[in-house]
Amino acid sequence: MSDYILQFLISGITVGSIYALVGLGFTIIYNASDVVNFAQGEFVMIGAMSAVSFSIAGIPLIIAIIMAMMVTVLVGFALNQFAIKPAKGASVVTTIIITIGASIFLRGAALLIWGKDFYSLPAFSGEQPIHIAGATILPQNLWVMGVSVLLVSAVLWFFKYTLLGKAILACSCNRTAAQMVGINVGKMMLLSYGLSAMLGALAGVLIVPITFSSYDAGIMLGLKGFSAAILGGIGNPIGAIVGGLLLGVLESLGAGFISSGYKDAIAFAIILFVLFVRPSGLLGHEHQERV
Amino acid sequence: MRSKIATLLSITSLCCSIMISSQVYAGDTIKIGSFLAVTGGASFLGDPELKTLQMYIDKLNKEGGVLGKKIELVHYDTGGNPKKAVNFIKRLVKKDRVDVIIGGSTSGTTLAVAPLVKKFKIPMISLAGSIKIIEPTQKWLFKVPHTDRMAAAKVFADMQKRGFTKVALISGSGGFDKSGRTQSLALASKYNIKIVADESYGNKDTDMTAQLTKIRASDAQAILNFGFGKAPAIVTKNIKQLGIKLPIYQSHGVASKKYIELSGDAANGVRLPAAAIVVANELADDDIQKKVTMAYKTQYEAKYDQVSSFGAHAYDALMITIKAIKQAKGVDKKALRTAIERTQNYVGAGGIFNMSADDHMGLKEDSFKLLEIVDGRWQIVN
Repeated sequence: MSDYILQFLISGITVGSIYALVGLGFTIIYNASDVVNFAQGEFVMIGAMSAVSFSIAGIPLIIAIIMAMMVTVLVGFALNQFAIKPAKGASVVTTIIITIGASIFLRGAALLIWGKDFYSLPAFSGEQPIHIAGATILPQNLWVMGVSVLLVSAVLWFFKYTLLGKAILACSCNRTAAQMVGINVGKMMLLSYGLSAMLGALAGVLIVPITFSSYDAGIMLGLKGFSAAILGGIGNPIGAIVGGLLLGVLESLGAGFISSGYKDAIAFAIILFVLFVRPSGLLGHEHQERV
Repeated sequence: MRSKIATLLSITSLCCSIMISSQVYAGDTIKIGSFLAVTGGASFLGDPELKTLQMYIDKLNKEGGVLGKKIELVHYDTGGNPKKAVNFIKRLVKKDRVDVIIGGSTSGTTLAVAPLVKKFKIPMISLAGSIKIIEPTQKWLFKVPHTDRMAAAKVFADMQKRGFTKVALISGSGGFDKSGRTQSLALASKYNIKIVADESYGNKDTDMTAQLTKIRASDAQAILNFGFGKAPAIVTKNIKQLGIKLPIYQSHGVASKKYIELSGDAANGVRLPAAAIVVANELADDDIQKKVTMAYKTQYEAKYDQVSSFGAHAYDALMITIKAIKQAKGVDKKALRTAIERTQNYVGAGGIFNMSADDHMGLKEDSFKLLEIVDGRWQIVN
């Protein structure tokens, strides 16, 4: 029985780290403008799909990954320039709806480019499972976990210790004041979309050997990543990781001990309960409205 | 002057011939209606189906049509939505006045229009899998794809041959998966097989190790996965990851090169039932289906990407229709329906069709081949 539980936990952590990595992508744009970017899942998909395309074209994996990240960053820039920026002065809700529209557009474009097939990349360091006391884990999962930890530290450091990070945070706190002290708000927004796209692309490239990808893969990943970010407290990078792992473990334990058919329902019921008790998420800050 | 008259004459004669030919064809085309899921979630079905219909109707028309008449395809895209399908059937029959209908792509759209097909008394050949379409038999409704029950029967027969009596079932959340699960559960006891585990997963899930850990703890001798799309490939990889050594069976839902590509080494040893079209290259030269499957495969792949069994169903439906039109010597709906029902020994891409008054599909279990994946390639198991 104990190796059961261990395998369920490990399964949960591996799925959870995927959710966490996707959830992390939501933090930057949220921190810059309070907007939840619903095209984040599409960034993940575009990163994964372009890496696969470059890799099929014969480009070495590492260069293919870098090129895929650049493509996705360009898409992020374009999203900001052509969809978000023209709606300047729109409320947060309107902007969120714009990102939903953008996600549908990007999905359609991906359908035209890549068709309806599934694609995958070879795992970075083989597919031989690693045994831990009766449970198993794939090397690729360790990649996902390792990079998640690195990225969280990087994002934390970026917002806490760099001028650029602080400038982005300032934009969300008070746009006008930020402008007055000489921050180029437009540039910061562009940067935040580019960075978010890069995080998304990196997540996509790392998880595609495990989950595969197709033009519509962004919907599910975006939704689960968003749930992870909300559960942990959106805007907080550590929250995304905590939320992601928790969601993964809940799903896996639900599937293992109760019923595999209801595992999503079990996980989401618990999320609802948590948000009922703590509306801003586990590690989220209470919003203080200043008058 | 003489040359002028000559030109004038030739122009008039040209005009006349155009008028005559358009007169022949205008009021006198054979109209085939279709409603397929070309976009949306089931587009992997409708897309190759429509391409196949268009390609072969163009080909037939270039060769002079059927009974000296051109064929016209009237098509509507349902997006897999049964409500739209109902509207399109009404439009096809009342406005477009088609002679026969091919479609829909999914069981949902087909079953939704079944009452209308009966009311309008128009022959229709469905391209969907569910056994409910032909059981009980409905007078005007036919179908060409194999049923999920046939797939389950093929798998269980092989399991029985190998002496397995305890089987773990794992299936997805889609309509195809659920129907396959129901048929498997109902059929197992006939083959002295007990289903000792019955797990499920969401079709977009990324990890099934929790469910498979439970299967590992059961006393199953083999695993049957009824699923579609990418999920079965993840199941296959997860089974290997967990070090489960049990033989794996998949359904015909994954009978494509993509499954092997996605699962990699883990796919070796997996067995599954599949239509002959999937293994057209591997078929023996004296196989009765070799010629038809290779011809379709070459035609389709010359114009589009890799061939699928779905497009092949549209091919069979169209060929059965054309044969029936020739036999009925026209498109009188009653005569056409009877002719379709009397389809005998038609060697198609999906199998050999022998329809009758109580069998509106006409395929036997042996129309499925049992395949095993060996070194990343299909091999037919005898």
